[in-house]
Amino acid sequence: MRTVLNLVEENQPAAGNVTVGVLALQGAFLEHINVLRRIGVKARPIRTAAQLETVDGLIIPGGESTTIGKLVVRWGLLQPLQDFIAAGKPVWGTCAGLIMLAKDIGQTPQEGGAHILPHRLAAMDIIVDRNAYGRQIDSFEADLTADFLPGKAPFRAVFIRAPRIEAIGPTVTPLIRYGDDVVAALQNRQLLVTTFHPELTADPLLHEYFVSLVKQAHNRQPQTRS
Amino acid sequence: MTKENGSNNTQTGTWRVKAGLAQMLKGGVIMDVVTPEQAKIAEDAGACAVMALERVPADIRADGGVARMSDPGMIQRIMDMVSIPVMAKARIGHFVEAQILEALGVDYIDESEVLTPADEAHHIYKHNFKIPFVCGCRNLGEALRRIGEGAAMIRTKGEAGTGDVVEAVRHARTVLGQIKQLQVMPEEELMTFAKEIGAPYELVKETRALGRLPVVNFAAGGVATPADAALMMQLGVDGVFVGSGIFKSGNPAKRANAIVQAVTHFNDPEILAEISKDLGEPMVGINVRSLPEEELLAERGW
Repeated sequence: MRTVLNLVEENQPAAGNVTVGVLALQGAFLEHINVLRRIGVKARPIRTAAQLETVDGLIIPGGESTTIGKLVVRWGLLQPLQDFIAAGKPVWGTCAGLIMLAKDIGQTPQEGGAHILPHRLAAMDIIVDRNAYGRQIDSFEADLTADFLPGKAPFRAVFIRAPRIEAIGPTVTPLIRYGDDVVAALQNRQLLVTTFHPELTADPLLHEYFVSLVKQAHNRQPQTRS
Repeated sequence: MTKENGSNNTQTGTWRVKAGLAQMLKGGVIMDVVTPEQAKIAEDAGACAVMALERVPADIRADGGVARMSDPGMIQRIMDMVSIPVMAKARIGHFVEAQILEALGVDYIDESEVLTPADEAHHIYKHNFKIPFVCGCRNLGEALRRIGEGAAMIRTKGEAGTGDVVEAVRHARTVLGQIKQLQVMPEEELMTFAKEIGAPYELVKETRALGRLPVVNFAAGGVATPADAALMMQLGVDGVFVGSGIFKSGNPAKRANAIVQAVTHFNDPEILAEISKDLGEPMVGINVRSLPEEELLAERGW
């Protein structure tokens, strides 16, 4: 009951035809790296633009979105990340990462809007409210079902001061719902977002799904890697 | 929420949700602030959370007297000012202060030795709360006792309000050293080790299996420069608390920002050199060795 998952660094698998980067400026990046390595995928932390060039897909993890946003700007990563997306490479944002990817941030009474995070990637056609379920006391876990992956059992999902997707554009496909809320969505088989934290639970199904997107994109663009 | 989403088996305040917030804070800096304006400066500098309190430890130390939970009105104003998580301190053992902070809706409670203890024998039973707790420790036994009581995050104590990193280093090295010792120990020695350090046996076994504390572990107490923060990170902690070190310095915004950068790039001396330039005066600091024993905050708690 007391076990906290994915806190201890896993070993890198020896092989693997794609490499997934995890933006490692602040937050739960090690947890994502661990899940990827456990399912046999090469994963590495990304802190610089040069490192970003070495990976086929990127996870922007949970953490504090204001902190991650400022560090992205401070270390000149905003343009390289936009170029990465423009090159068609898959990016998955969990929680704070979703906020980085969202086109717009809505206003909620307690939370600031877009002015708090002026420098975002704004690549995905969703409007998101930060901390929309409330403060930490309202953070929760719940059972979700990945209906887009037929045959997959329900899994436990952890929502921590989670954002809520308020609106999605026509190019965005809802993947998973919690009640009426879309909590996972996909745009152009390239940009994946989840408002919850699959890196904090044992089931790797969303990491497996993201890796499948990375492999598809990689196979479409063999020229991008020598 | 539980009602309308009953089929989802929705639960709040679970261990995973409590420990999970600490996982989101990793690689970040949590800053002490005493006003909403300071909280804003901290958020703008990239703090991953703020600790709302009436006086920073350096002032608590200077003022003397009894240090208690801060005025809830003041904590509320800080919560209203920033969008990052807000922590607040309760006295060791003062579970009613903790209840008040929970009612207020702070994101984390620090059961802290910086305040004057309310109970000299018992800490708060933290599993009773939906809000997660962070607690201080000087060694592995103290860390695992606090986790046993329900702390979802640990920080090494250091010596708050001094600007002297020596105790933070001592406590981090002690905890991390004891974990290494535990990992090479034959299994039959574990129970005696647990007895000697006064820690729950199950948590001793879990720590040995993981090779680290089973919850997120930050450093605290005496961090005043980017180099101090990076030192703690290289020793192996998950993030840092900076108390008096920022708002007792000459240029708080600049120093706060530099410490945030240092925690991200703790392993890159060239970046550390760059961000350490021209930060203005650091807090003056007190050499811990010059303090009389009764003024050592880290000795509080058991």
